[in-house]
Amino acid sequence: MASTLSTSEATRLAPATRSLRDRGKKRPGPYPYWFYIVPAIIYVVFFMVPTFASFYFSFTRWDLFTSTWIGLKNYKTFFAEQALIIGLRNTLIYAVITSGLKVVLGMALALLLTSKIIARGYLRSVVFFPVLVSTIGIGLTFTVLMDPERGLINQALGVVGINGPGWLTNPDLALFSIALVDVWKGVGLATVIYIAGLVSIPQEYYEAAEVDGAGRWKVFRNIMLPLARPATATVITLSLIGGLRSFDLIWAMTKGGPGFASDVIASVIYKQYQAGFYGLSTAGSVVLFLVVTIIVVPLTWWLNRGEEVT
Amino acid sequence: MRFTKKAGRGTALMALAAATTMFAAGCSAGSLGSSSGGGSAGATTITFLTGATDTDVASAKAVIDAFQAANPNITIKHDTRPAGSEGDNLVKTRLATGDMAEVFIYNNGSLLQAIKPEQNLTPLDDQPWAGQLDQTFADSSKGSDGKLYGGPYGTAFGGGVLYNIPVYKKLGLEIPKTWDEFMKNNETIKKAGIDPVEQTYGETWTSQLFVLGDYHNVEAAVPDFAAKYTAGQLKYATTPAALAGFQHIQDVKDAGYFNKDFASAKLNDGVKAVATGTAAHYPQLGASANNIENVAPGKSNDVGFFALPGPDAATNGMTVWPGTAAMYIPKSVEGDKLEAAKKFIAFAATTEGCDAYSKGSPPQGPYLSKACKLPAEVSQVAKDTQGYFQSGKASPALEFKSPIKGPALEQICIQVGTAQVDAKKGAELYDQDVKKQAQQLGLPGWE
Repeated sequence: MASTLSTSEATRLAPATRSLRDRGKKRPGPYPYWFYIVPAIIYVVFFMVPTFASFYFSFTRWDLFTSTWIGLKNYKTFFAEQALIIGLRNTLIYAVITSGLKVVLGMALALLLTSKIIARGYLRSVVFFPVLVSTIGIGLTFTVLMDPERGLINQALGVVGINGPGWLTNPDLALFSIALVDVWKGVGLATVIYIAGLVSIPQEYYEAAEVDGAGRWKVFRNIMLPLARPATATVITLSLIGGLRSFDLIWAMTKGGPGFASDVIASVIYKQYQAGFYGLSTAGSVVLFLVVTIIVVPLTWWLNRGEEVT
Repeated sequence: MRFTKKAGRGTALMALAAATTMFAAGCSAGSLGSSSGGGSAGATTITFLTGATDTDVASAKAVIDAFQAANPNITIKHDTRPAGSEGDNLVKTRLATGDMAEVFIYNNGSLLQAIKPEQNLTPLDDQPWAGQLDQTFADSSKGSDGKLYGGPYGTAFGGGVLYNIPVYKKLGLEIPKTWDEFMKNNETIKKAGIDPVEQTYGETWTSQLFVLGDYHNVEAAVPDFAAKYTAGQLKYATTPAALAGFQHIQDVKDAGYFNKDFASAKLNDGVKAVATGTAAHYPQLGASANNIENVAPGKSNDVGFFALPGPDAATNGMTVWPGTAAMYIPKSVEGDKLEAAKKFIAFAATTEGCDAYSKGSPPQGPYLSKACKLPAEVSQVAKDTQGYFQSGKASPALEFKSPIKGPALEQICIQVGTAQVDAKKGAELYDQDVKKQAQQLGLPGWE
């Protein structure tokens, strides 16, 4: 697991580091190169070595003490796992829903919080606050709130005469309920990124648009949306990677259940690990790494290419 | 435009900051409990790791107190771990990293094989209590090398159906011996406005009893099931007697006999429901009845226990667990600590140890050490379980006869119980799961 995390972190950091490097070309950095040695050693020991070791162990039957080379059998078993098919589908659904909602809601909230409203600073903190709370804490809290019989949500719905569903116990709903909680928790970060993007749009454009008689919708559609594109790219990349490798919230809320209804790739991998199938779970991590790379690398490339055009 | 440039850098930094915080959050290690440090001069301190339920804690504390009173120069710290697969994971990881408590409680049977006792545990054949063990307990606490690794802790118990005695009396029902009788009882109970069958999927492991507890009936129909199943020759989906366990879940679900909150209720909710009579039946391990006094005070004698009914009244009997818990010492323990740990395990096998255990956790079946006797006053569940033992209508669960138990059985039972798949499909999925376990164990005949 750890190694996959680190590699996906690396992918996530790619745009940021690249832009730093580009700047470096124009002007020599203030620090000598040997400053990089310590971080490089840490990076190699804690990220590169485990990553490559995990590639090796994914081809073995491994009980943490001894490992036997079994070739591609782990991959064969992993792809025959019924939970994996559900997990793959769920991972994609979850990533698309959470990242889509974060883009839309993040943009809407950013528009609201950059307009002239009272208590703007306070509201900005309120929106950002859930980002700071522990994911496990949020998961456990919402599990209690979403309890079908005794949960606050369904009791509140009951007062107005609605018979609330089993948010986490209905196999068709569980994944969506968790996705909503994920959005609630993560939308603050998207909002902040959008606020940064929106306030950096020069005032001249708005003035010019006003002179041309553009309405509010036109200003949004033709000025704000295209000029906030770098922010959109960041939000999509961050939330999509986050969604693809999501695990902690799902584990805290349903442990992949009921049955396998809310399993994602990461929770399937974790279950193999729990069962003591260390080689198999490492093979799963490699699969997750490849899935994230296959989806995110072209997407980042495409989003960043767009940025250069505008 | 200077603003645009700044924005680019701002977002990049923000992305970096966000990524870093997420990374830090994702990777923080959970607390693994404290490993014991050395005590003062002359005194030895060891740690005893057990489950975390109320009765686990109460019985462990009682045994520790009694032991410390008899051995003042040994201090035992108590530590707890979660149950189910979460706990399996913790035990394996702590054993692998050499961070395990000096004495710990873990399952015997197939789960013991998964922690590689030959590599990780200290053999205990030479201990004074080794000759006094219940035979099934001794057999299922051995490694593949034939050495004994587990010390007796607590009692054996059955896996069957906890039922509410007042409900049975009020409705004039008989203990069912066949599945048809059981379903007929359920119909009557449903008409009386009581939940016929309690299920508690909020705690996933509780879902497995219909399958695991039915094993006596499977073996009655197919006597060599365990051997052929281990060799990969018999499957759940294609052996009608074995498929019945999954079918029973579907039957009860389809008939609408589950309690309303079955999807989110937990073990204690279930025990409380069957003790107070809001539910009539709760398929469960007999050991779970030891918590009745805590969740429903004064109702201990309102709950009885019968074996899961099968196709034939004549062969019906109880599937039993000769203790799911044994005491182990990791191989890494040496010197004074090893002596102290062995002494502690030996103490738990004596009459004083067993009596202390019963104080914390009322016994629900016969003791595993022949040195111990049940107290005169035992619960109804213990009496009912004892009855099956005495009439010879008890056989150990499959996990004590075969090293293979698929890790996903609890989720698959829930899939059947929430009507996501039917019984046949569930059994097929379980066969897949079993195959994976067998392959990972490297057993012959499964490639």
